[in-house]
Amino acid sequence: MDQPARLTREDVAHVAALARLHLSDEELDTFTHQLASVLDHAADVSSLDLTGVEPTAHAMAVTNVLRTDEPAPCLDRDEVLAQAPAVEDHRFRVPRILGEAP
Amino acid sequence: MTSGWQMVIGLEVHCELKTATKLFCGCPNMFGDEPNTNVCPNCLGLPGSLPVLNQQAVELAMAIGTALHCEIRPSTFHRKNYFYPDQAKDYQISQYDEPLNVDGWLDLPDGFRVGIERAHMEEDTGKTTHAGASGRIHGADYSLVDYNRSGVPLVEIVSAPDMRTADQARAYVTELRAILVASGASDGKMEEGSMRVDANVSVRRGPDEPFGTRCEIKNLNSVRSLGRAIEYEAQRQIALIESGERVVQQTRHWDEGAGRTEALRSKEDAYDYRYFLEPDLVPLVPDAEWIRAVGDTLGMMPAERRARLVTLLEESGGVADAQRDQITTVVDLGLDDLVVAAVAGGVGSGLALARTANEAATDAEAARALDPKSYVELLTLEGAGSLSATQAKAVLAELFARGGGDPAAIAKEMGFEAMSEDSLAATVAEAVDAHPDEWGRYCAGDDKLAGFFTGLVMKATRGQANGKAVAAELARRRG
Amino acid sequence: MSAPRPALETATMVRAGEESAVDVLEHHLAVIEAGEDAVHAFNLVLADQARAQARAVDAAVAAGDDPGPLAGVPVALKDNLCTRGVPTTCSSRILDGWCPPYDATVVTRLAAAGAVVIGKTNMDEFAMGSSTETSASGPTRNPYDTSRVPGGSSGGSAAAVAAGFAPLALGSDTGGSIRQPAALCGVVGMKPTYGTVSRYGLVAFASSLDQIGPFAHTVADAALLFDVIGGHDPLDSTSLHRPTPRVLSVLDDGVDGMTVGVLTEFLDGAAPDVAARVHQAADALAAAGARIEEVSVPEVTLGLSAYYLIAPGEASSNLARYDGVRYGLRVDAEDTVAMNTATRTAGFGAEVKRRIMLGTYVLSAGYMDAYYNQALKVRTRIIQGFAAAYARCDVLLGPTAPTTAFALGAKVDDPLTMYLSDVCTIPSNLAGHPAISVPFGPGDDGLPVGVQLLGPALSEGTLFQVAAAVEAAAPDLPAPRITTGAAS
Repeated sequence: MDQPARLTREDVAHVAALARLHLSDEELDTFTHQLASVLDHAADVSSLDLTGVEPTAHAMAVTNVLRTDEPAPCLDRDEVLAQAPAVEDHRFRVPRILGEAP
Repeated sequence: MTSGWQMVIGLEVHCELKTATKLFCGCPNMFGDEPNTNVCPNCLGLPGSLPVLNQQAVELAMAIGTALHCEIRPSTFHRKNYFYPDQAKDYQISQYDEPLNVDGWLDLPDGFRVGIERAHMEEDTGKTTHAGASGRIHGADYSLVDYNRSGVPLVEIVSAPDMRTADQARAYVTELRAILVASGASDGKMEEGSMRVDANVSVRRGPDEPFGTRCEIKNLNSVRSLGRAIEYEAQRQIALIESGERVVQQTRHWDEGAGRTEALRSKEDAYDYRYFLEPDLVPLVPDAEWIRAVGDTLGMMPAERRARLVTLLEESGGVADAQRDQITTVVDLGLDDLVVAAVAGGVGSGLALARTANEAATDAEAARALDPKSYVELLTLEGAGSLSATQAKAVLAELFARGGGDPAAIAKEMGFEAMSEDSLAATVAEAVDAHPDEWGRYCAGDDKLAGFFTGLVMKATRGQANGKAVAAELARRRG
Repeated sequence: MSAPRPALETATMVRAGEESAVDVLEHHLAVIEAGEDAVHAFNLVLADQARAQARAVDAAVAAGDDPGPLAGVPVALKDNLCTRGVPTTCSSRILDGWCPPYDATVVTRLAAAGAVVIGKTNMDEFAMGSSTETSASGPTRNPYDTSRVPGGSSGGSAAAVAAGFAPLALGSDTGGSIRQPAALCGVVGMKPTYGTVSRYGLVAFASSLDQIGPFAHTVADAALLFDVIGGHDPLDSTSLHRPTPRVLSVLDDGVDGMTVGVLTEFLDGAAPDVAARVHQAADALAAAGARIEEVSVPEVTLGLSAYYLIAPGEASSNLARYDGVRYGLRVDAEDTVAMNTATRTAGFGAEVKRRIMLGTYVLSAGYMDAYYNQALKVRTRIIQGFAAAYARCDVLLGPTAPTTAFALGAKVDDPLTMYLSDVCTIPSNLAGHPAISVPFGPGDDGLPVGVQLLGPALSEGTLFQVAAAVEAAAPDLPAPRITTGAAS
């Protein structure tokens, strides 16, 4: 398996934006350095030959967990909205949304 | 279509499932309730919440897959990660590379087959309203989010890019909608948003050329918009290419008022959704028995119903073009069972089809509720000549108004007794005697005058005479 | 200081009407009053609510009803367990003051068992850490030496039990966050088989690894608590239908005829005094009738790397919901994207940000195969490695943590060094297997050492049995310096 290229400052800036985090230049440098060393350590995983090995997403192999289509009690709207940062008209208010969903 | 060019169209349809509760929680799946009253930790994305899959949603998704001739496979759920205020967890639980239904097809009424690549399950988002002048997202000052719809079960049906005209696209959506309703999965209300269509459109210079760059068109609220938008978009792309520019892959919004598509965002930098297997759910593996049970309880689909009527007509001589339209109408309105019952009861297929497509269709709801036996009786009376067409239509209207009844008794009530042979002959004789010149010409071979005399007899009997019986009597008198 | 009264005994006495739940509670509140300033185990002490719960327990007993197996026992809850109407902050600014409108399933089960929730304990922010130093409310200090860490991420719960603030506590364990602080604080801490304890209401860190588990002074008390919280929950799709093992009843069955494998790879990284305790525990088990073997599971050495790909990947997705829209902190801005960014930037600490970015990167297009999917394959190999070991052994034995408690501030500047604390605990999380840490005397510095027992899935019965035998042979630990109100 090809080794991925070493983590760069641009990579960190890109994922920070993807994760809605703002980093100062200094933080960008520090985090790049720290994350790169973690990933170097993790390189021993990416370099293994594991062809033919099935990935395990769930330790316990279970299938078909279902529930019946019956209504359950909902939350009290006032209790929910009391915890909201901004409310108008019984809805959650947010600042202007600039674009459509991706 | 501008000559030399061909459109290539693929459609993605999102269909809300008609379940009592949401896909991953027990909140009611209900349109129109007070905002944020049908919510719980799961569909609000509260910390600590977990999804549990709705069995009925799975069954309806399997019904859709069966109706679209798909292979139903073991499937898994994935997280599609992106931030958006109406996405309660800032990821959507969907299906990615192991969807429930794959490799199906749908036949348009004219027989053209459109491939179905997949029909997978996913959860819906909340609804955002934008506070600002236009109510649209651009230029809004702020927005308000209602999570009642968050978590409602959806099936996303992705067609192959097999369609080549806007008409085919319209026919596909119409037929798909009928299938979704017939399978019990959805109420198919495009105007309420329970069925949403996005169109992928590209153009190429000929059928052997590779596919061109496509654009996705959103905000198609009706079948009519779909057709208009596709036509517009194809022309837009052709104009671009012919003027030496290239089509940019992007998502475009259909503006119904302006009659054009507008760019929303470029998909050239495709968003990184970072799909990974949903760790809070386990795989869905329907066994053969479950798949068979779903198939067994699935009713007849529109195509089968149309074919059934075609067979009936072919057995009694053939299907005229006008009758094909009648068949489509009758099946669309769910009245085909009435036609089948009538024919089984001895009524002529042409009469059964015509009366259903033309008269019963005027109050389809009442017609569907009618006891088929009374319908068959009524048409039998008409077919035997005991009731004229006019009378039969009147009795039918009365049956609808009363929600049922005995056609013969109603006919008697309304004074629609069949005329006796004697009184019919007498009335014909009176008409003949009153118009000797015309009678002379009719006897000499002017067959058109049969209509003249029939009209007189109808007038004299106030429509009670049976037209066929009058024609027979005139012919008998002429000799 | 005399050993604190076992929860089992307290519950028995309260149920019999021989002891008042209110008195039990007041005693513990007094201990908290005297020692909490030095330890900072709690984000919130729930004195009034607890008093109401205790009164209700006493009233039930007076009315002839049975309040349940934990009657009147104070329990401390890690602050990532949802408690309705009570702040649940995950020791993060982004959830400062957030009151869930619902209870976690385990909280409901505790209430049904008559337990009294005494407070919400401090933790590493969003459970990301091994020292409780990433908490937005400041670190918890080890009751044995307040210049040292209690371990993490459930440091507050471990310290609360160690300091006598509560006889029982719940924590969560994703890579060792119950067992490692248990070892460092000289208490019992256990991570169950994945799926035996409902995660409904546990604020998610890494969904395929997280499990809730008990802290206690004794193996028996941990068993008591596990029996109460375990069992299928229809609200958690990963909750096992298979019956959860009941463990309290098998504790004294002994280890005669069992085979215990000493895990060489874990010993390799351990400090000499810790390793010595592990060997001592092995000897004790041998004396009690078990067969001791040396076992190698080379796959476990990949655990750390696989974990630091899987856990942040899932966490980056689980923490996306903290966007300032529906609850928690909001930092206002002109548009929603800017608001999300400002909120998350202000609300998350550095370690959380690090893991979110690492996880986002690992899941990113182009890197998925190299990192995340590979890590899931490593997980398969680890499960296979353990399976081979369990073909020969009933349980495995090793250290819980490589060293005793380290000094506050010693590892905060180098995340990688901090991550190495979890090398012995992570493999069990990856495999979904149960494991328990039992105190086994002090290290050279007088600080607690814990030894760890590991078992295959659903082997809790065997695990607790062996743990009881280890406990019976454990050397005494000196008392923690923060206990009663006595001036030190």
